[in-house]
Amino acid sequence: MLRETPLHAWHVAHGAKMVDFGGWSMPLHYGSQMDEHTFVRQEAGLFDVSHMQVIDLHGENTRAFLRYLLANDVAKLTVPGKALYSCMLNPQAGVIDDLIVYFISDTHFRLVVNAGTAAKDIAWIQAQCAEFSQAPSVEVRSDVSLLAVQGPLAREIVWKAFGGIKAETENLKPFSAAFLGDGMIARTGYTGEDGFEIMLPDNKVVEAADQLMACGAHPCGLGSRDTLRLEAGMNLYGQDMDETTRPDASGLSWTLDLKSDRAFIGREALEAEKPEEQLVGLLLIGKGIMRAHQKVNTPYGVGEITSGTFSPTLRRSVALARLPHQVKIGDSVHVLIRDAEIEARIVKFPFVRNGKALIDVC
Amino acid sequence: MNIPSQLRYAPSHEWVRKEADGTLTVGISDHAQEVLGDLVFIQLPEVGRTVKATQDCAVVESVKAAADVYAPVGGEVITVNQAVVDHPEQVNEDAYSAWLFKIKPNDPAQFEGLLDAAGYQAVVDASN
Repeated sequence: MLRETPLHAWHVAHGAKMVDFGGWSMPLHYGSQMDEHTFVRQEAGLFDVSHMQVIDLHGENTRAFLRYLLANDVAKLTVPGKALYSCMLNPQAGVIDDLIVYFISDTHFRLVVNAGTAAKDIAWIQAQCAEFSQAPSVEVRSDVSLLAVQGPLAREIVWKAFGGIKAETENLKPFSAAFLGDGMIARTGYTGEDGFEIMLPDNKVVEAADQLMACGAHPCGLGSRDTLRLEAGMNLYGQDMDETTRPDASGLSWTLDLKSDRAFIGREALEAEKPEEQLVGLLLIGKGIMRAHQKVNTPYGVGEITSGTFSPTLRRSVALARLPHQVKIGDSVHVLIRDAEIEARIVKFPFVRNGKALIDVC
Repeated sequence: MNIPSQLRYAPSHEWVRKEADGTLTVGISDHAQEVLGDLVFIQLPEVGRTVKATQDCAVVESVKAAADVYAPVGGEVITVNQAVVDHPEQVNEDAYSAWLFKIKPNDPAQFEGLLDAAGYQAVVDASN
């Protein structure tokens, strides 16, 4: 039996094709994945991301606990509402999950974790709490929904849909949140576009979705969410990294904070040796579409595509691939697509940001 | 869902139309394009290639998935539709006018062994 968000009937009523995503019945698209992708790049899309899990941590020692639990350093969070992207590692430096942590107060932080990993994450966090002196209390939130409104028009649409919140949210910087009554609104997302992610009580989410749609946000499914995040060069947990891969072999070195002598789970393994592999961006030069798990031949050995698709913005196939650490931007490699070796070039990612191509496809 | 009664079908979701000269025109069904979603890449067989019935000979890819297209009957590929290679979305717009390739069958009787519209409807119903 698949789990359903409070918007399930709303999705069905709006013509969604529902699919199993991590044990949840979620909309894949409402007609055309391609159109939804374009809406987000050019106007604004509305995503139900209520399957993601909100976990609140309370207590005097919360910051100290999170500095031990997470590979990025919550010491950077000094202003209430500020958010940080981090990996949560196991002792081998494998990625248990990637998440966003919000600083609410010195005794209250909020984690938003992936749906498919939520049960495992909660168990891991509770196990770490059990061994941590004066650990925080863990509150697993089952009463809140999450909406993402993304695209160049997203913020204007949110302000139009919810009268009276503009003053408190128009000066929000990226990766910052405002707390409004029983809700939270953050300038975050997973598409490479500007916009907001909104947390609100379950019993208010249908009305909120109706208002956002009436003000011009197009309902968008997980299909376009995946092509948008891939164009934006953002990792998908379970595909681009998992418990067997390190952040620094997954394009996530920038999230590892090794500056202080802070002890955190996975640090020893990270510092014991350098990774043999790296995550790179690929642009297909020949014909075809790159897909996850295709082999990539390089002069330094064989690697593998972790995520690949047709990029609706670039009109070409792009991918993330885990390749030997020696390959460099501009190198030519060959992707095994069915029985043919097709040429691809190593390129910088993100591929697309704020509606604009960042790579030269010629 | 649209399953025209004047066409024949393979269980692997190809439609087949018999032309006046005995050649067979092949495409993918409306159901197939709907399941795949927005098509973005199509690879067709080489003209002159000999294919066996049920042999994979073309590929259609949407944003989210790749699918093989199988020869509904054995024969020689005599022409391919370059327009759908350049504009794969034509298959989404009208799967029954956006044909993929034409086959000159080895054994004309194989066509008669394909599914009619009711038979294909049953295949689709069973897959839902």
